[in-house]
Amino acid sequence: MNTEQPQSDHPCCQQQQRRTFLTRLSIGLSALIGLIIALPGIGFVLAPVFRKPKQKWRNVGKLEDFKVGGFVLVQYEDPSPVVWSGVTAKAGAWIRRANESEFIAFSINCRHLGCPVRWVEDPRLFMCPCHGGVYYEDGTVAAGPPPEPLDRLKVRVRNGQVEIETAPTPLTLTKLT
Amino acid sequence: MSNNFLTRTWNWIDNRIGFSDYIVPLMVHLVPDNARWWYIFGSATLCAFVVQVLTGISLAMAYVPGGENTYESLVYITNTAPLGSLVRGMHYYGASAMVMLAVIHMVQVYMHATYKYPREMNWMSGVVLLFVVLGMAFTGQLLRWDANGVWSVTVAAEMAGRTPIIGPTLAHFILGGETVGGSTITRFFAMHVFIMPALIFAGIGLHMLLIMRHGISEMPDVNEPVDPDTYKEEYEKRIHKTGVPFWPDAMWRDMIFSTIIVVVILGCSLFLGPPALDPPPNPSSINANPLPDWYFLWYFAVLSLLPPQLETWVILGVPILGFLGLFFLPMISNKGHRAPSKRPWAGFTVIFGFVAFLVLTIYGYKKPWSPDFGVKELPASIVGTDQGPLAEGAKLMHIKGCLYCHDIGGYGGHRGPELTEIGKLLTRDDLVIRINNGGHNMPAFASSISDQELQLIVDFLLTRGVMHEDNSPATATP
Repeated sequence: MNTEQPQSDHPCCQQQQRRTFLTRLSIGLSALIGLIIALPGIGFVLAPVFRKPKQKWRNVGKLEDFKVGGFVLVQYEDPSPVVWSGVTAKAGAWIRRANESEFIAFSINCRHLGCPVRWVEDPRLFMCPCHGGVYYEDGTVAAGPPPEPLDRLKVRVRNGQVEIETAPTPLTLTKLT
Repeated sequence: MSNNFLTRTWNWIDNRIGFSDYIVPLMVHLVPDNARWWYIFGSATLCAFVVQVLTGISLAMAYVPGGENTYESLVYITNTAPLGSLVRGMHYYGASAMVMLAVIHMVQVYMHATYKYPREMNWMSGVVLLFVVLGMAFTGQLLRWDANGVWSVTVAAEMAGRTPIIGPTLAHFILGGETVGGSTITRFFAMHVFIMPALIFAGIGLHMLLIMRHGISEMPDVNEPVDPDTYKEEYEKRIHKTGVPFWPDAMWRDMIFSTIIVVVILGCSLFLGPPALDPPPNPSSINANPLPDWYFLWYFAVLSLLPPQLETWVILGVPILGFLGLFFLPMISNKGHRAPSKRPWAGFTVIFGFVAFLVLTIYGYKKPWSPDFGVKELPASIVGTDQGPLAEGAKLMHIKGCLYCHDIGGYGGHRGPELTEIGKLLTRDDLVIRINNGGHNMPAFASSISDQELQLIVDFLLTRGVMHEDNSPATATP
């Protein structure tokens, strides 16, 4: 009769197996603790990235206040500002009354790197102070580094009020073709 | 009696915390006796970080990271709070000192090739630290939440937005949404005050641990190239033979230099004051002139001078390749000569980098590519008269924005060619075609200028550089 214990039942092997198990258990639980702590925080931090606020129409003035001619700067509020935003909730647009019924509005962000473009009335150009981007009054690029025209915003007239639809900060994307 | 009491008290504390067992050996570890003043930059960088931590904590007592209250709290700190201006100034100049010293420390390590075996990880941890320090500098500029801060973060988001595929996600992560707003400043505050300092503390800990593990390197010796097979053994022999304890034989130099750094930071804050605040952070205000702090002006210039087709790749490539190139430098070369005389390309690299940084920074500061919105009308001394068609043409040069980009006799921007002598270079037809059609990065003015205005401008330009025999400027042709 063979009285020798199988190797896995040997006390020293059992001890080793126990240690291996405890090591794995501790590492596993550490990872679990880490996940439980980190995941809600990561979700909280990343939430604004994936939250797409519904754009809103913002009143920017009475119809009769806009004379046919050059662009004027208007201010309006973001679609869903956080309560502590204060002045940082504002957004700006250049708007022009082209004729009695037509309005044209552009985001103030240069399409090069987002700086605020200025409308210069006499040469009828938008100019950017950062890197020298220049646009014609129809928003197309006239000179400088901007790769795309100014971002056009939607405008409507409701009940004698001119309204602009809010929009995200226009980003110039890299297309892989 | 009291001495005895103090001694016994200290012995009790020392016995419990192990200062003599753990800290003293670190302080008196042997360092090469020939390094002298070369190795003071690392400790001075650490000292500047301490300045940043202490002044940063002080500022956080009054700084409000939210909306327009942020700006008001900055105004309060600067103008009203006792010593607020001084502390804010120290934080600003401390940041400049930290960036400068970190770069100088890295250049010294690079020139002495201290990154070679066995100190590769010392270098790599240092590179990570440098980039986090630059991140601190950038986020710190944004926490100065004024018009410049708002537009700087917009530029950062736009740059991140150029990343293929994940660009919009990165941009919206930076902004805390789809536009700049209340969520933007709070997350930059969290990055600047919690995340990045934690990374710096961890990085400094690792950096120090590695210094203790591998020892302070000796000055390079042309006769002792690094051989990984024998280096450690020989280093140990030499250091035990000629080394001196860091405390106090070497550390006194670090203390003297760090004292100078702190005094300079204090002096700058006292005599120059903190950076002036721009108007409030209103994203709808166009009266902003976004400009990065001095450490990023070179990059600002690069983005203006690049051909458009290269721009996206440089925006993304410079930070990524710059980091990877520096980080993996020891993997490219971790043995052989350390002496600068045997590595002349290293010297050329540093000189080229420094000159390029300097030239681009000056360019970034002057930003000749930007229209000069504040240019004044040409004076009669430049025009040659203050009435008649010539004066009208000169006035139109200002009204139509020509002077925003073109300089005439020291008046005007520098985006386009100087026109002081244009009358000698182009004909009437050339000028008419150029103004009407644009070209060479100049807008076409045909739709915004009348025939009469065009004639007046061209008449004026044709007189530029053309002199009468009596040396007076030419007048307009009838």
